[in-house]
Amino acid sequence: MYDKHLMICGATGCLSSGSHLVEQALVEELEKKGIKDKFRLVMGGCPGFCEVGPIIVVYPDEVFYCRLKPKDMAELVEKHLVGGEIVERLLYRGPDVDVPSRFYDTIPFYAKQKFNVLRNSGIIDPESIDEYIMRGGYRAFTRSLEMEPSAICEEVKHSGLRGRGGAGFSTGLKWEFTNKAPGSKKYVVCNADEGDPGAFMDRSILEGDPHAILEGMLICGRAIGADEGYIYCRAEYPLAIKRLRIAIEKAEEYGLLGENILGYGFNFRLHIKEGAGAFVCGEETALLASIEGKRGMPRPRPPFPAQSGLFGTPTTINNVETLANIPLIVREGGAAEFRKVGTEGSKGTKVFALAGKIRNTGLCEVPMGITIREIIYDVGGGIKGGREFKAVQAGGPSGGCIPVDLIDLPIDYDSLNQAGAIMGSGGLVVMDERTCMVDLARYFLSFTQKESCGKCTPCREGTKRMLEILDRISEGLGEPADLEILDNLAVSIKDSSLCGLGQTCPNPVLSTIRYFRPEYEEHITDKFCRAGVCKELFYYKIDEEKCTGCRACVRVCPVDAIKGEKKEPHEIIRELCTRCGSCVEKCRQDCIVVAPVRREADVSN
Amino acid sequence: MNREIEAEETVTEGIDLERVDSLIEPYLGRKEMMIPALQKVQNHFGYLPRPAMEQVSKRMRVPLSRLYGVATFYAQFKMKPRGRYIIRVCKGTACHIQGSPKIAERIEETLGIESGETTDDLRFTLEEVACIGACALAPVIMINDDPHGRLSPDKVKDILDNYQ
Repeated sequence: MYDKHLMICGATGCLSSGSHLVEQALVEELEKKGIKDKFRLVMGGCPGFCEVGPIIVVYPDEVFYCRLKPKDMAELVEKHLVGGEIVERLLYRGPDVDVPSRFYDTIPFYAKQKFNVLRNSGIIDPESIDEYIMRGGYRAFTRSLEMEPSAICEEVKHSGLRGRGGAGFSTGLKWEFTNKAPGSKKYVVCNADEGDPGAFMDRSILEGDPHAILEGMLICGRAIGADEGYIYCRAEYPLAIKRLRIAIEKAEEYGLLGENILGYGFNFRLHIKEGAGAFVCGEETALLASIEGKRGMPRPRPPFPAQSGLFGTPTTINNVETLANIPLIVREGGAAEFRKVGTEGSKGTKVFALAGKIRNTGLCEVPMGITIREIIYDVGGGIKGGREFKAVQAGGPSGGCIPVDLIDLPIDYDSLNQAGAIMGSGGLVVMDERTCMVDLARYFLSFTQKESCGKCTPCREGTKRMLEILDRISEGLGEPADLEILDNLAVSIKDSSLCGLGQTCPNPVLSTIRYFRPEYEEHITDKFCRAGVCKELFYYKIDEEKCTGCRACVRVCPVDAIKGEKKEPHEIIRELCTRCGSCVEKCRQDCIVVAPVRREADVSN
Repeated sequence: MNREIEAEETVTEGIDLERVDSLIEPYLGRKEMMIPALQKVQNHFGYLPRPAMEQVSKRMRVPLSRLYGVATFYAQFKMKPRGRYIIRVCKGTACHIQGSPKIAERIEETLGIESGETTDDLRFTLEEVACIGACALAPVIMINDDPHGRLSPDKVKDILDNYQ
């Protein structure tokens, strides 16, 4: 028996903030006192609040400690673990709370969240099957063994669950198609090839609650009549792969995977396939080709994988988050419960990765239908540094930008589509006035252009041409006709590409033109990048009124382009400045401003 | 002709083909396991040396052209030796808008190599990665398994100096 359990977040976010050093210090401290055996330390899943990492949650006291440093551990051990007194200094504090918050329920970041998919993440030890079972795990699966396969499909259909990977197709219907497809050999495939830059929901689920995925796949296997499954996971997620392997081993040991499971005559085997770094493999037919050991190139549909998928047999492919919802739906009364949350067309919750220029970065799970305003200001705590919210990018390279005017848009599949974005996998990247929309569009397109597999011409060639135009615009060589050419190209690529990658990759360009046309025009006609991103289209100067001559910028400038005496306003030598922006980051007075290159030149002519 | 054989032999030198055999042993006769086999080989050598590729081709009975077709399709597979320290600059969206291009630029200037290249002393290889998933700490780089977050260009040199 342990006195207390300490959940130390061991996910990538907290690791980058040094949670492994915190853990080391904690262990040393406990060993020094000779009380290590009384406490169970778990490098567990992610509580989601990356911004304030490293995080330790102490159970059963339910105390949430954050922003921890190795040197804090002595006090934590002495005062709390030995003395039983909460260390107030290490609790959550923020501009949004008056008193230090002790646990989830009083921290504003968590107030509007609803945990379905993340129900176990950060609470259980992801490497322990017992803890998963204790929280009700595998109960839905055992129930499904008593049910008719078609009844399982029916229940999932009734729940209203739609695929969380992006397109939003009804999961129950997908299962039903595979269930009805003729053939004795079928497969379940879990798409864990989370490739969208700015999205890490699936990774957190895999790392924090791997058994939920196994259970979801088992239930799916039962529903469609498959006896074998593959989890296709990015090789960039080594921890997720390790935890999945442990989970599979344990499930085999417990007789939940293998032959004649629990005596019901149901067989199911599970394999992990590591991806090899190709974004297009997130597309289902490309993913199947990759599992078959081929180049991950998509093929035309139909036939859909439900008819002819892996090795030519009927196959259901579901995303990680979709599968993590399944055990909740298939338990007794689960479908009805699931339907209660969300909107008419989009039921349940959605996990989002909040990143960019927002105060509370991290992972959050919110009911469908919540507005962008609520996510950004209530969950996200508003914009960093009190700047102006400009737009949010939803759905990664396949999605689009949603501008400030649409801040009250409810987040569900259909509203996002109408706004020109997509739900995608759930990355939300928040931008302020220092983000250049032309550069953002160019960034996404350079990504998809690189990742285009090259099989079909519109995507292979079209993205290249679009990128060339965007490159020109951001170098100051744009022409007025460019916007129309971009628009035409985008529409043709969308219409004629073979797979989802090509069909959606023009979205970031289309949506930024739609909502930020004046910014494009300013780049093209005035040759000015107001955000100070496109290097050819601005220069830095110091606002002499504001500059206090603190020399912070002088110290950081790598090319010695800033001159001036201490306590006197400084000056940036334009010819020397490389516009690296280091000084802007350091300036406390906000006195380094962006000025247009061209206009002043025009005046002097 | 003799010269060619000689050249081939020098390349083969240092590549333990028996090791290749034992690495891919579990996958023989299963062409669908070509990617895991290549991953094993690369994990061992750090990249896919030509003689190892030829060996895999022979043993798995897959034409060399097809093997290269697959290997060059996926970003994970490298055809050239890499440095002791692999620097991965995260090019995710969050990192991009928080200034990862400036970080990459500073690393390139400091080491005198471009993305995808290795320093002459095989100390560093510079790569880009789509997303590490540590968006909260953007901009982020990884050096081997160590993440370094909340970077600014002026921190680059000190961090690199720690890896000798």
